[in-house]
Formats: sequence, structure tokens, C-alpha cells
Amino acid sequence: MAEPLLDIRGLQTHFHTFGGLVKAVDGVSFDVKAGEIVGLVGESGGGKSVIGFSIVGLIDPPGKIVGGEIRFDGRDIAKLDERAMRRVRGREIAMVFQDPMTSLNPVYTVGRQMDEVLRLHTDLDKAARRARCIRMLEDVGISEADKRLDAYPHQFSGGMRQRVVIAIALLAGSRLIIADEPTTALDVTVQSQILKLMRRQVEDTGAAMILVTHDLAVVSEMADRVVVLYCGRVIERGLTDEIIANPAHPYTRGLLDSIPRIADRQHRLRQIPGTVPDIRSIGLGCSFRARCSRAQSLCAERSPDLAHVRGSLDAACHFPLEEAAR
Amino acid sequence: MIKRLLQMMLVLFVVSVIVFLMMSFTGDPVFMVIPIDSTAAEIEQARRLLGLDQSLFSQYWIFLSNLLQGDFGRSYVFRQPAMDLILERLPATMEMVVVAMGIATVIAIPLGVYAGANPNRAASRSIMAASLFGISLPGFWVGMMLIFFFSVRFQFLPSSGRGETIEVLGLRLSIFTADGWSHMILPAVTLALATLAIILRITRAGMMEVMRQDYIKFARAKGASRRHILFAHGLKNALIPVVTIFGLQLGDLIAFATITETIFAWPGTGKLLIDSIYRGDRPVIVVYLMLTAFIFVVINFLVDIVYTLIDPRITVK
Repeated sequence: MAEPLLDIRGLQTHFHTFGGLVKAVDGVSFDVKAGEIVGLVGESGGGKSVIGFSIVGLIDPPGKIVGGEIRFDGRDIAKLDERAMRRVRGREIAMVFQDPMTSLNPVYTVGRQMDEVLRLHTDLDKAARRARCIRMLEDVGISEADKRLDAYPHQFSGGMRQRVVIAIALLAGSRLIIADEPTTALDVTVQSQILKLMRRQVEDTGAAMILVTHDLAVVSEMADRVVVLYCGRVIERGLTDEIIANPAHPYTRGLLDSIPRIADRQHRLRQIPGTVPDIRSIGLGCSFRARCSRAQSLCAERSPDLAHVRGSLDAACHFPLEEAAR
Repeated sequence: MIKRLLQMMLVLFVVSVIVFLMMSFTGDPVFMVIPIDSTAAEIEQARRLLGLDQSLFSQYWIFLSNLLQGDFGRSYVFRQPAMDLILERLPATMEMVVVAMGIATVIAIPLGVYAGANPNRAASRSIMAASLFGISLPGFWVGMMLIFFFSVRFQFLPSSGRGETIEVLGLRLSIFTADGWSHMILPAVTLALATLAIILRITRAGMMEVMRQDYIKFARAKGASRRHILFAHGLKNALIPVVTIFGLQLGDLIAFATITETIFAWPGTGKLLIDSIYRGDRPVIVVYLMLTAFIFVVINFLVDIVYTLIDPRITVK
């Protein structure tokens, strides 16, 4: 099998805060193959976004990548200096942010902000760059692209702005797109349009995508594989279909159960009891034990390692769920 | 736009009323223009000649209607049109202010951007500490210290006057001669110091706010250089308050460079104002204050236009 496009091994990103050391990402490993969509799922505080920013080297003090490798196309980009990393950002790896209302600079036209990427990463002349920007805007479904290039972000709606952000991310032909909650800030009706657009664009360009989200429904629609994070660690990973149908980790089960189903109006919506614990105070044992109905004494003594359970599923649980007959 | 112009006129009208009223409470100017040994009849005659025997209202009416016809009154002391006296000295003040604002801006903006983008570095803290001196040291003291060191101790720069001037486009300017520059440096630096510190602090505060925004992170994710992010993406968004303060400081320096001009014997409008106050030369003071109000109104209008150039979300109403 070919080497994956992105291979993260044992990534540790820690924040030195006044309140103590926060291990926001603590030994995370997963890979992304070319053309694949991988979903990073978890509640807030799970370390999903920090992983995204770690990959592109945008962790600011007091945060720091303290361990592990981020192999992109065979080389460890976590070790690159700022200059070399700037050539990776935007060209090889692009990002889409959560809130399109704030991720475009309000004082420049959309065209200029698109042009910036091409100016940085290509040798095209001005006319060619403009032509490419127009084609890109059309590709993401913005009509009258020629005119819209000279408009400012505040003249676009939220959904349109996210289309622009996606266009910017795809413009330089990046091979990996990291989308950090790309639809969370949008209206539900716009959400599915944007997701479809992203899926189509990824398929058309052959780029891979990491989709960071707290929304399992989004993941089930989009991703080929899922990585579930809890308190900075991978607690389960595998093919999307398998995880959705039969998760091995009680936490993933809990996440799935908390999605409302239209057909099921008989039962109260189930939720995971408690809240995500303070990462600094977990200590020994499984970080999920306090909220887990299956927790036993072993769970408090030793932290479970990620291990193969069945099929494509790996889970970090001493007592993984059996395959349910459903 | 029309509404805006009417507003500006209203401001100037109100200022004219206030200035006129205030002036009429500051003593009887007739004693400033007559010889000490004048008889009561002569005083009465001078009073009639100056129009001071009429009611306050009709005095104001005469003043206003003359004003609208371009007649700003004559100096009691020089017997010349008051406006001419001021305009004659305005180029001297203007060039000093322009140089001072130039010095302040060129130094303050880069330092402010640096300090705002790297607030935790030792260099930034030093810049901020130094800027406190700029704000709190009084101009007259700084001026005297500069004279002490550069003119008295090292005899390196002249301490007073304007130096050699040449006529450019009908204005007598000294910024085009080396001698003029050597006279200009000390007063301009004195004048620049406080403005520099204020602009620096405003720029830093704006940059600190802007650097937290998502679009800065997005620009970084595009692979843009640090310099481009700071000056193209960051600074332009931090500029609105900076431009506001710049405009206010500019007007302030033009109108009230009085102390610095006095210390350096700079023959500008500030010195004329002080002299006119001492002499009770009412027409000059009135015209001076009206001109000051006019300059402020115009600067504020220009600042509003600059806003729209910086931020497309702002329009001039």
C-alpha cells in the first residue's frame, strides 16, 4: 500500500498556562491518504482544532509541539523552520475556518484576498491570476464572479463568504485541506450546500481533507474514516460506516445516541452524563471513566491504550462494546 | 454630504458667537489703543471710532456681516487686516507642524505595530515605558533641555529663529534650505514628542486587538509573510483610531504650538496669538480663534473621508 499523504505519529501539543500544563493533544496518531476525507470528532476541548493548527505550524505561545512527528508526503513538517513552513501553508496544506464572518479581512476586496494566495504561491501574471480567481469563484457556485471579485466581504452573506473561504483554500491546488468546523456557524440549509460543495471539490481536485467537527451527522455524511478524540487522545478510529453502525468505545456510542432521530419520538434523547473533565486533573486511568457506565476499578488504575478491536476499528477502552445485533 | 457641509457651517457660526461673547468680557480694549494721558472726550471719540459704543448685538452683527464679506477686522496695534497678519505667519507654523507630525508618524507607527504584535517582548515593554515619558514630559521642559544640550553645550544647532527662508509658490519657507532645517529640528522634535507617544500607544492598542482576529490567522494559514501580515492585514484594520488621533493632534499643533514657538522664538502664529493676548489686540484673537475652528472642522471632515478609504464599511453621510 502506498504511503499515506499525511501520517501523524504520537503528536503532543502542550500549553504552558498559569494554571499549569495543559496537554491539549497528547500522543495522537492517525493518517490521511490522498483523496480521502477523515473526520476528527469530539466535544469542545477535545483537542481537535489544536491538531489542525499543529499540522500547519500555527501553534502560538504558550502552546508548543513537544513531541511526535507530522509526516507530510514523506517529510516531517513539524521540524521545518518558519520560512520553509510558509511554503507549505496555503500551497500544500490549506485551511478553512469555522466562522466565515471573521476569517476574511474586512478592509480588502474578496478578489485581492484570493489573489494574495496566487501571488504567494504561483508565478502567474496578473491577468492569469484574475482569470483563475474568477473560475474558482464560479466553481464554488458564486455567480457573476467577475463582478463579485471587486466586492468586499461585508457585501456577502455568511454562506457566500464560506464559499469564498473554500475557494481561497482550493486556489493554489493544495493536496490537503484542513476544515475546522466549516459549517458550524452557518444556517442549517446552507450547511448541506457547503458540505456538498466541499465534497465535490475534494473529489474533483483529488485533494485529501481533514474535517474537524463536533457533529457526527456531518461526519457520517462526508468522511471515509473517523478519528474520535477525547481529552487530547484518540479513543477510537476506523471506517465511518463501521463506527456509525457499531462503535467499540462507550464515548462514541454516547455521541451517536445524542443525535436526535426523527423516526424515534418515543424516547427521551439520551445524553452523555457529566462534562469533559479539566485536562489538567485527569491523573491516572481512563479520562472518560467518570462519565462511563461501564467503568470498573481497572479504568481508574491504568489508562487504556489504543488497540485493535474488530474490523477496521481501534479503540482505547479496557471493556470495548460488543458488536450489537441491530 | 450637503448635510455635512451645513453642519460644518453651524459649528463655525456657534464658535463665532462664543468667541465674540468671550472677547467682550475681557475688559475694555479702548484703553489698549489710546495714549495714557487721553482726555475723557478723546476716549469717547476712540470708542465711537472703534464701534464700541454700540450694543453688543449690533457689534456682533457688524462683525458677522463683515466676516461674510471677507473683512476680518483690523489689528488695533498694527493697523493692518488681522487675517493678513495671521496668514503671513501661518507658513512658519505649518511647516514646523508638518515636520513634527512627519517625525511622529514615521517613528510611532512601526514601533506601535511591533509593540502590538509582540506585546510580551522586552523591547516592546521598553517602547511602552519610553512612550510614557513622551506623554508626561511637558513640552516647555523638553524644549529647554534640547536647547541646553544641542545649542548651549554642544553648540550644534541654533536655539532660536527660523533661519534662511526662500520663496516657494509665494510662501516663505525654510524647509528648502539647510539653515532652515537646522533651525527646524529642535522645535519640531519638541512638538513631535507627545504626538509620537500618543500615536504609538493607539497603534499598539489597535494592533493587539487586530492580531487576535481570525482573518490574521487565516492570512497566516495562506502562507503570507509576517511583515505582510502585520502591515497589510493588521495595520490597515488598526488604523481608524490612529487616523482620528492624528487629525486631532494635527489641529492641536497648528493652533496651539504657542509654547514651543515662544521657547524657540519661532515666528509663527502661536507667537502672534500670545503677543496679541498681551496687547489686548481683540480682532487678531477673534480671527485667530475663528481660523482655528475652521481648521479643525476641515481636518475632521478630511479624517472622515480617510475613514472611508481605509474601511469600505464606512460611508460619509
